[in-house]
Amino acid sequence: MADASPQDGGYNYAYLDEQTKRMIRRAILKAVAVPGYQVPFGGREMPLPYGWGTGGIQVTAAIIGRDDTLKVIDQGADDTTNAVSIRRFFAKVAGVATTTRTEEATVIQTRHRVPETPLRDGQILVFQVPIPEPLRMLEPRETETRTLHALAEYGVMQVSLYESIARHGRISKAYNYPVLVNGRYIMSPSPIPKFDNPKLDRSPALQLYGAGREKRIYAVPPYTPVKSLDFEDHPFEIEQWSECCALCGSSDSFLDEMIVDDSGQRLFVCSDTDYCERRQAAAEAAE
Amino acid sequence: MYVAVKGGETAIAHSLDFVADKRRGDRGIDELSLAQIDQQLGLAVDRVMTEGSCYDRSLAALAIKQARGDLIEAIFLLRAYRTTLPRFGDSQPLDTTAMLAERRISSTFKDVPGGQVLGPTYDYTHRLLDFSLAAAGERPTAPTAPADTARGLPRVGDILEREGMLEPPPEAASPEDLTRKPLTLPASRPVRLQNLARGDEGFLLALGYSTQRGYGNNHPFVGEIRYGRVPVSFVPEELGFEITIAEIEVTECDMVNQFAGSHDVPPQFTRGYGLAFGHSERKAMAMALVDRALRAEELSEAATSPAQDEEFVLAHSDNVEASGFVQHLKLPHYVDFQSELVVVRALCEEVEARRRQAALDQAAE
Repeated sequence: MADASPQDGGYNYAYLDEQTKRMIRRAILKAVAVPGYQVPFGGREMPLPYGWGTGGIQVTAAIIGRDDTLKVIDQGADDTTNAVSIRRFFAKVAGVATTTRTEEATVIQTRHRVPETPLRDGQILVFQVPIPEPLRMLEPRETETRTLHALAEYGVMQVSLYESIARHGRISKAYNYPVLVNGRYIMSPSPIPKFDNPKLDRSPALQLYGAGREKRIYAVPPYTPVKSLDFEDHPFEIEQWSECCALCGSSDSFLDEMIVDDSGQRLFVCSDTDYCERRQAAAEAAE
Repeated sequence: MYVAVKGGETAIAHSLDFVADKRRGDRGIDELSLAQIDQQLGLAVDRVMTEGSCYDRSLAALAIKQARGDLIEAIFLLRAYRTTLPRFGDSQPLDTTAMLAERRISSTFKDVPGGQVLGPTYDYTHRLLDFSLAAAGERPTAPTAPADTARGLPRVGDILEREGMLEPPPEAASPEDLTRKPLTLPASRPVRLQNLARGDEGFLLALGYSTQRGYGNNHPFVGEIRYGRVPVSFVPEELGFEITIAEIEVTECDMVNQFAGSHDVPPQFTRGYGLAFGHSERKAMAMALVDRALRAEELSEAATSPAQDEEFVLAHSDNVEASGFVQHLKLPHYVDFQSELVVVRALCEEVEARRRQAALDQAAE
């Protein structure tokens, strides 16, 4: 594994040195063993800025090998700037094959979305996480929140959801919607829209979450129950659109809203570009 | 039809070319050499080495050139290089009494053994623009005296300490390394000091300043500031004895602070400590003030101010982390924003529906 890669400056394969990769892999194993628990790890500086996916990049760098096929998405799209930049980074430092097709990828690094195409056994979904602590906005102190997790003392989260109902008549949290993993740890699913939360539940794919600046890794192993928090009389629900995708006609995918002219005309299209393109191609082939 | 925030490979490639072109600037003007940056922008190099946690003048100069003078960007470049380097061990603790000091001052005594040595400082300059620097030309050289290498330079603090007026420095502890292991809280003092040494000068300066303005006051005096070259020693496993592997320039600040005493400890002076690569006095002093402020709990002082709040200070001092996270807001967030739009619209519709219903109810009455 330690063979030098061809790029400038003699950096190691997949940028990180082998010691660091081993350390990250140990953290990942621990995270998989304790689903939803945030494992502190010795996060390194990466050549991309903090907040731009350094946690996800470190996780990917630690698990990726020459036989892997990598897909990188941001906002569901393969062609957003940061996704392009990260995909180019791994193509350069790891010489890895890349793809935009969800089913072809062995490792999918994502920011803010879970692909619409159902994932399968053996795939790994790597999330970029800005704030790993789901309780952070309720309790700013790490020393406190670690204790709350240790005691499974999650009343503060229930109260915040209840307050939202009291104020707005419904739970108004739209993304980064808290989940309970395996009946034990409350976890931040990263800022994915709550639309994607049901896809995390008992997913056949391994979910790895990397927070670079905050130096935490956590995981949801395949087929692990992931429950979005709610109340009996206010069950969890996902976003719905009255429109369907203007390009592929999908009525059950997450739609981005585009403002298409100066008068504020709107158009709705799938946020998952791969899903949308495949549906368009299939429709064309059927004609 | 719409391309909005979506940028392809080509757009990014062009952007990279553009920034490289901007870096070079007007081709009619000579390109900067790394030696010029090292020699003539030396204090920038010092800051980049300090906050980049990597003592290498030419790499720091390269980073400054690549970052077009954006020092936080340069620090980031150097950090991202440093982090890939192998570790072969820890050096012995620096002995700053063995320093060949170019500058050494104490504000707690009129004179001290070893003398007050002003050295190269802006302290006594008038901040008038020197228009003669606008043109190239011969510059006068400074008069020098032969350095007294025969004896060490005692620390002012040690003199106070022998008298029982100043607390002794902490016991030697095994080094920890924040760049290998994540921060855990509460942090040991060595870890805190490493965090502060890597921390943003501006952030520490503001925090240190806040302690002087009543937010966690600890009545500081500059026990001593010294700047000069110190040897770095290392014990290779295969040799089993100490060898000198380098000489580096550092600035050290020993801050002496009042302390009212507590249940167990009589009133005495306490220390705050600052150390930075190169000539970085502002950084070393700010670090020493914040180090002392963070000792509030250890010294049974009421911790009521931001500078005394370990978690607040240590979690926000790193400018590479801060810069990255603030600027990540430039990345697309339209999926989350869409989710928020859907929720806010639904809430608005409910409010509107309630208003209409209320109007109907009122009309019916």
